[in-house]
Order: sequence, then C-alpha cells, then structure tokens
Amino acid sequence: MDQLPVIIPISLLLFAFFTFLLGTVRRSLAYPLTLVGVATSLIASCLGLFRVLQYGAQHYYLGGWTPPLGIEYVLDHLSAFMAVIVTFIAFISIIYSRRSFLQEVPGKIVPLYSLMLLLLAGLTGIIVTGDLFNLYVFLEISSLAAYAVMAIGDDKAPIAVFRYVIIGTIGACFYLLGVGFIYFATGSLNMADVAQILPSLYGSRLIVVAAVFIVIGMALKMALFPLHMWLPDVYTYSPSAVIALIAPIMTKVGAYVLIRMLISVFLPNYLSNVLPVTLIIGWLAAIGIIVTSIMAISQTDFRRMLAYSSLAQISYVALGIGLANPMGLIGAMLHILNHAFMKGCLFEVSGAIRYRTGLWQIPQFAGLGRKMRWTMGAFTVAALSMVGIPPACGFFSKWYLVLGCVDASNWVFAAVVVASSLLNAVYFFRVLEKVYMTPPDTDTAVVEASDPPVGMLIPILILAGGIIILGIVNAVIVTQILEPVASTL
Amino acid sequence: METYFSLKPLIAVLVSLLSALAIMLSGRRPNIRELWTILGSITMFGVVFSMLPDVLSGKYPEIILFNVSPGIPLSLRVDAAGIIFGLSASLLWIITSIYSIGYMRGLCEKKQTSYYTCFALCLSATMGIAFAANLLTFVIFYEILTVATYPLVIHKETPEAIQAGRKYLAYLLTGEVALIVAIALTYQLTGTMDFIPGGFLGDIAGQYHLLGLFALFLIGFGMKSAVIPLHSWLPTAMIAPTPVSALLHAVAVVKAGVFGFVRVIGFVFGPTLFHDIGAGNLLAIMASITILVSSVLAMCQDNLKRRLAYSTVGHLSYILLGIALLSPAAWLGGLLHIVNHAAMKITLFFCAGAIYAKTHCEKVSELGGIGKQMPITMGAFALASIGLVGMPPINGFISKWFLGQGTLEAEQGVYLIILLLSSLLNAGYLFPIVRRAFFVQSNNRTKYAEASAFLLVPLVFTALLSLFLGLVPDGIFHFYHLAGDVARGVLSGGGR
Repeated sequence: MDQLPVIIPISLLLFAFFTFLLGTVRRSLAYPLTLVGVATSLIASCLGLFRVLQYGAQHYYLGGWTPPLGIEYVLDHLSAFMAVIVTFIAFISIIYSRRSFLQEVPGKIVPLYSLMLLLLAGLTGIIVTGDLFNLYVFLEISSLAAYAVMAIGDDKAPIAVFRYVIIGTIGACFYLLGVGFIYFATGSLNMADVAQILPSLYGSRLIVVAAVFIVIGMALKMALFPLHMWLPDVYTYSPSAVIALIAPIMTKVGAYVLIRMLISVFLPNYLSNVLPVTLIIGWLAAIGIIVTSIMAISQTDFRRMLAYSSLAQISYVALGIGLANPMGLIGAMLHILNHAFMKGCLFEVSGAIRYRTGLWQIPQFAGLGRKMRWTMGAFTVAALSMVGIPPACGFFSKWYLVLGCVDASNWVFAAVVVASSLLNAVYFFRVLEKVYMTPPDTDTAVVEASDPPVGMLIPILILAGGIIILGIVNAVIVTQILEPVASTL
Repeated sequence: METYFSLKPLIAVLVSLLSALAIMLSGRRPNIRELWTILGSITMFGVVFSMLPDVLSGKYPEIILFNVSPGIPLSLRVDAAGIIFGLSASLLWIITSIYSIGYMRGLCEKKQTSYYTCFALCLSATMGIAFAANLLTFVIFYEILTVATYPLVIHKETPEAIQAGRKYLAYLLTGEVALIVAIALTYQLTGTMDFIPGGFLGDIAGQYHLLGLFALFLIGFGMKSAVIPLHSWLPTAMIAPTPVSALLHAVAVVKAGVFGFVRVIGFVFGPTLFHDIGAGNLLAIMASITILVSSVLAMCQDNLKRRLAYSTVGHLSYILLGIALLSPAAWLGGLLHIVNHAAMKITLFFCAGAIYAKTHCEKVSELGGIGKQMPITMGAFALASIGLVGMPPINGFISKWFLGQGTLEAEQGVYLIILLLSSLLNAGYLFPIVRRAFFVQSNNRTKYAEASAFLLVPLVFTALLSLFLGLVPDGIFHFYHLAGDVARGVLSGGGR
C-alpha cells in the first residue's frame, strides 16, 4: 500500500514496454495489455484517493532516499484527484480507441498503444512527483510521446505536430530554466523543501525570473491565450481516438502544475501578492475565453470547433487559478474534472461520427440526430453541460467560478464567465439545430449512418452519464477533496 | 413557520419526470404514450392537491435532499405561495394534456413523442420552481425549464420556428446568467439562500449595491415574465403549437418568472428593504409601462395568438405591479391573478387553437362570423375576454378589484388610473374579436361545426373554471385563503 504513489506511473511505464515487446510478436496482444496497464494504474489511483481521504497525504521515497536528497512521490488531495481523472479518462478512451484505430490507422496499432501508455506514464508522473526536476523529466516523456502519437494521423498531422514540437520544447526549456534558477537559489529540488526555503528569498530577482519562466513554460504547455496557436491544428488532424485521450487531460496537467506551483512551491502569497502573476493569468484567461469562443463560433469543422472550445475551457480553468481565492480554485479544479468528461465525450462523439460517416463538417451533419440516436443524445448532454445547464456538471463549475469572482469583487471576470456560457450556447446550439432540425441530404453518408459499434458507444454513454452524475455529486467532491486543497490559499 | 418531513414535494417533481421517461419509451404506441401523459398529470395534481389541507393549516411539507453545493441543499418546501403556483399549473396540465391529444392528432403533427416528453419535463421543472425552498434550487429548475421548453418552441422545424427558438434562447439564457451572478452575490453577502417570509437580506450593503443586485434579478426574472423591453421573445415564441402557448407561455414558463419576483421580493429582499432601496417604485413603473405599451401593441396585432401573447405580457405585469406595491391587498390581488389569469388566458389560447384546428385561420381579420360556426368556442372566448377586461362575475374582476384596492392602500392612486385605463385597452383589443365573431356576417360560415370534443371540453372547462373562481374565489382550492396567507406572512414585518 505504501507504494501506491509510484505504482500509478510505473505500471504504465512497464506496460508501455511490454506492449511494444509482445505487440510486435502478436499484434492482437497490444490492446489487452494496454487495457490492463491502464486499469492497474486506475485501481492504484482510486486506492490512493481513498487512502488520502482516510489518512492524509501518502509519501513514497524512491529508492529509500529521503528528501530533500532523494526523489519523493506524493499523493495528496490534489494529486490523487488528478491521477484518478487522468487514469479514468484514459481507461475509457482506450476502450473506445480499439474500433476507431482499426478503421483510421490499422497498421500502426502497436506503436500507438505503447506510445499512449508512455504518454500516460509521463502525465501521471507529473502528477505524483514531489520533485521539480523529476517533473521536468516526466514532462519531456509525456511531450515526446504526445508528439509521436499525434503525428500518426492525417497527412497534415506531421506538419501540425511539428509546430507543437517547437513550441512544446520552448515551453519545456522555460520550465527547465526556471527550475535551474530555483536550484541555484535554494540548493534543493524537492517541492516541500523549496517551499520552506523560498519565503526568505522572495526579494531575490532570481526567484522572480524563475517564477516567471515556470509560469510561461506551463502557459505554453496548457495552451493559455495568447500562447495557444499550436493547439487547434494538432487537435484537428490527429487520429480521433488519440485526441479523445489527449484533449480532456493533457492541457489540464499543465494547469495542474500551475496550481501545484501556486499552492505548494511558491506559495500563494508570492504569486498573487508579491508578484501579480495570478492576476496576469486571470486577465489573459479572461481575454482568451472571449477570443477563442468567438473563434469556435466561426469554425465549420467540428473537430476544430471543439479544439477552440477546449482552449476556451482551459482558459476557464486558468481564470479560476487567476482569481487565487478558495472558491475560484475550487471552480478551476472542478472544471478540470468536469471538462475532462465533457470534452472526452464530445471528441468521442466526433470520432464516432467520423467512424460511421467520414464527415466532420458541421453543415453536413444535417439529420444525424435521427440516425445516431444514442450518440447524439450523449452529444446533447455534453453540449448542454458545456452551456452550463443544470443538473449537468458544467453548471457547477460555472457556479463556483462565479462565486469566486464575486468573492474577489471582480465583476469583469464574472461577466466573462457567464458570457462564455452564452457563447458556448451559440456554437453548440448551432450544431444541435443542424443535427436535429435539418432533414438529411439524400446523397450524403448520413442516410446510412447508425450508432457506432458497442465498443465505441459504451464509453460515450459512460462519459455522458458521468456528466450528469458529477453534477449531482459535485458537493461531495468539493467538500471531501477540493476544499482541503483550496483551504491552503 | 411549521414544517414537517414529507416525500410528497419530491414525488410531485418526479412523477412527471418518470412519465417523461415512460412517454419516451412508448413512442411507438401513441395510445399508451398518451395514457402516460394523462396518468402523470392526474397523479401530479393529486399529490399537490393532497398537500393543500396541511398548507392551509400552516404546516408545510418539506424535504431536504443532498447538497448541490457545500452548505446549500436541494430542498423542496410547499408553502402557500408555492402551492398556489403548483396547483394551478398541475390542474391546467391535465386539461392541456387532453387538449394536446385532440390538437396534435387533429393536425397530424410530427414528432409527437418528443413533444409529450418535453411537456412532461417542463411540468417537472415547474413543480421544482414552485416548491424550491432556496434560491439555488429555484435557479436549477428554472434553467431546466428554459431548456426543456426550447424543443417545443421549435416544434414546427420551419426556418421561422428555428429563428424563434434562437431568439427564445438568446433572451432567456441571458436572463439566466444574470440570475446566476445575482444569486452568487446574494450568497456572498448573506451566506444563506433559504427563502424566508419577509426576506433575509438585511441592511448589509449600500443602497446602490442592493439596487444593482435587484437589477440583476430584474434581468433574470424579467426575461421570463416578459417585462418590456425584455418581452419580445414571447410573441415570437407563439410559433409553437397552441397547447404549448397555452400552458407554457401563458401559465408555467412566464409565471415562473413572475413567481421568481414573488420569491425574491417577498422572501429574499423583504418588503421593507425592497421599498427602502427604491426598487419598489422602479418595478412598479416598469410594470405600468409594460401594461400600457403591451396593450397598445396588442391592438396592432392581426395574428390572434400574437395578440394574446401581448395581452399576456400586460397581464404578467399586473401581477408584478401588485407585488411591487407591497400592500396586503395588492399582494393578494397579484397572487390571485397568477391563478385567474392562467385560467382565462388558457381558455383564450384553447379557443385560438380550436379555431386553427378547425379552420386553419390564424388572423383576427379572418374570423368574421366564426361565432355562428363555433358558438361554444366563441362563447368561451367571450367569457374569458370579459374576465380579462376585469368585469364581474368572472375571476379577472376579483384580482383586479384587490389590485385596485392595493394601490389605494399603498397611497399610490396613480396606479389605479393605470389599471382602469388598461381595462379599457383590454376591452379595445379583445371585444372587437368577439364582435367580429358574432356580429359580422359571413357567407361561408353558416352551419354549426365545432372542433372535436378533445378540444371543446377542455376549453369549456377552463371557461367555467374562470367563472367559478369569479363567483367563489375561495372555493375548492382556497386560492383566496392561500394568497392571504402569503401576503400576511410576507408583509407582517414591514408591510405598508
């Protein structure tokens, strides 16, 4: 039980290796092995979350070396919460990916699965590690794996990903430089240790630069406005099942690192009072929400619309972080969870439509509502949740964020948060109208469309059901898991 | 305020949710589907009605469910105000269900399953609104109602209907986001959300701060209750099938907005504070403008349903005026008008629908001599028109009487003049229809041909209900008693 923090990334890492090894021998082994790897990690995360709720934070010292010398893995409320989200969404989208990969990229299943596991190992590693440099290592693992999986897509995918490689590398460099400066100033890389040393160094310019570099690096990774230009192309041209995995969780992990820096490295006082970092993040996010939502409205490609919508939603999270008060942070963290479900569901629906009809242009979706009933039902739930209609979970992220804005007496932010739900309404109801109200053109693939195979439909329905359930149980999540985190502010 | 635990409020909300589910699953067999609708509506009314004796004796059934936000539970409580709204909506749902069957089948409308499903969902949300015990619960159901009504508005699926749907969403979703900010602000100021008669929002912030808060509520609820200049979605939404216009756009949806004002003014702000910050005058003036302007606009409409929609806009503001005046009689009149207007306006819409189903006439100018062809329908129409104008013995007189008395109690005689003027204007847009129906000769409308019994019986019933409530305001449902209870409870602290 003590090894739980490390089991989460390690099982994924091991299975990435096994999947590749055994997968090259027998290709049919790749999928079950991947599923087992992710399931192990999911179970470990859930157990970890329960232990955290019962006994408080769980620490694991790698190789028995105690911090600050050794590397420490920590499961606290925040990291256990994130680990469960990442592994759960991964589990669902791996189930979903089987049929989708068979159709879209049949020859490349083995490398895809092992790279996806590697990617997940990186993401969960970022979440559980308590060491600043180790975080960088996992960041690179996840990024390199992500570049590779996303490049296996349409013809345009490699070009789109190339831009991501450049930007992602710059982001990682910024982060590494920041960590280097911190190490230079404090002589330590352990987060808890650094947090203790830093307050005496708050006057130092080195720390200012370190903080700014780390924040910029993470802003690039999470595609915060105006550093978001790489994302829409990547999300548009990669295989749909890959995006259904990456879109819900990858940028959120960037947001997680930001929250981690805010509450357990630099401490909130520094990033929001000494330096106006959170305020700047908040304002960038506010502008980003409006700009990217408007961009989303102007898209006719469904995948691209969802990509811009993802940008708007990550800005939502960033806005909550920028508020730097408990309610705002609760809203941000809850939205990480909610949005993972919503966007996962939406991208899986988009993949299912592509699977059945080969379409992704919204004007061609006319009449799909009657052909793909269950899929479109799930889409409707997710869309309404994005607009923020109760009892779907999207309403509650909006609710806590508005509470946070009101607490901070920041009326501009409050207006942006609610305006964003109206803009969401514009672009989602536009699709709903098309799907349900317009009769299908007789010559398109829609006429013969039907719900996707069960292997794809079940994950979609689980996520759609999860959207409602999360909305209903949100108070439990907030009081049990998120309030302890937010109370550190 | 005495409360006791009871499952009934929850059952009232869930029963139509379940029937929505059953309707959806039995889409292939129309008769069974309609059976679910009727069963659902009768059960709902039965449950609500069974709570009436307790509420009358001052014991309020209450159920507190799980928390929806830390410290704020989803809770339902049936108090006097809630049961007024709940009873009228659930009673009229039974009637509308019967009418819907005749109307939808008569016109061979498509997508009837989704129509009945959404209808049941709307009623579920309406019950939630009526019985919500705190602001967050209220807003949750309020938003569900908005979205559940949308598919009904665009039911015809013509480009025009889709346009109307867009307008509907644009207005109402905007209102709702204002509402969310408003309740968040309320929560931040007070740390509570429970409705308390007489209000819980003490003197905790500056006048302008509180006035700003009320402005947010005004945008939020003003959209649904169609206060000018936030009204224009309502006439547009008349593109929906007539039963939808009848029950939702004359009773459930729009009254939900008005009911929101009742809750916010009586149970959040409280009359004293509300008056002191000057919001009472603001709302009264807006309501008066709405009453006059909408009546004039109604006269300009040739489309019958649009004319009725503008009339609804005006009559909703009667209720708002009564609430804004903050005197006991005005509250009594306003609350009674929630029920009375519902009964009268639903009759008028039913008549319009029956005419449309029989003759496909939608315009007032085409109705010459229709009284000869459909005497019962137009008789009911005439009866309800008399009521809306405010003449005895129809129930409209009762509410208008108390409203008038309320203006004098509040020493605001000018509003009495507005009420009287508006009566004249009401007569100006309703009576010409009656006159044209009965006294204009028409060659092609000589023989008797009423719509089917499914349409006829409901409209006769609601017309008689209007008459009954006019003759015996406190009969069976004890609306008079209930409204009095609410007015006393709210105004006993700081009534004027």
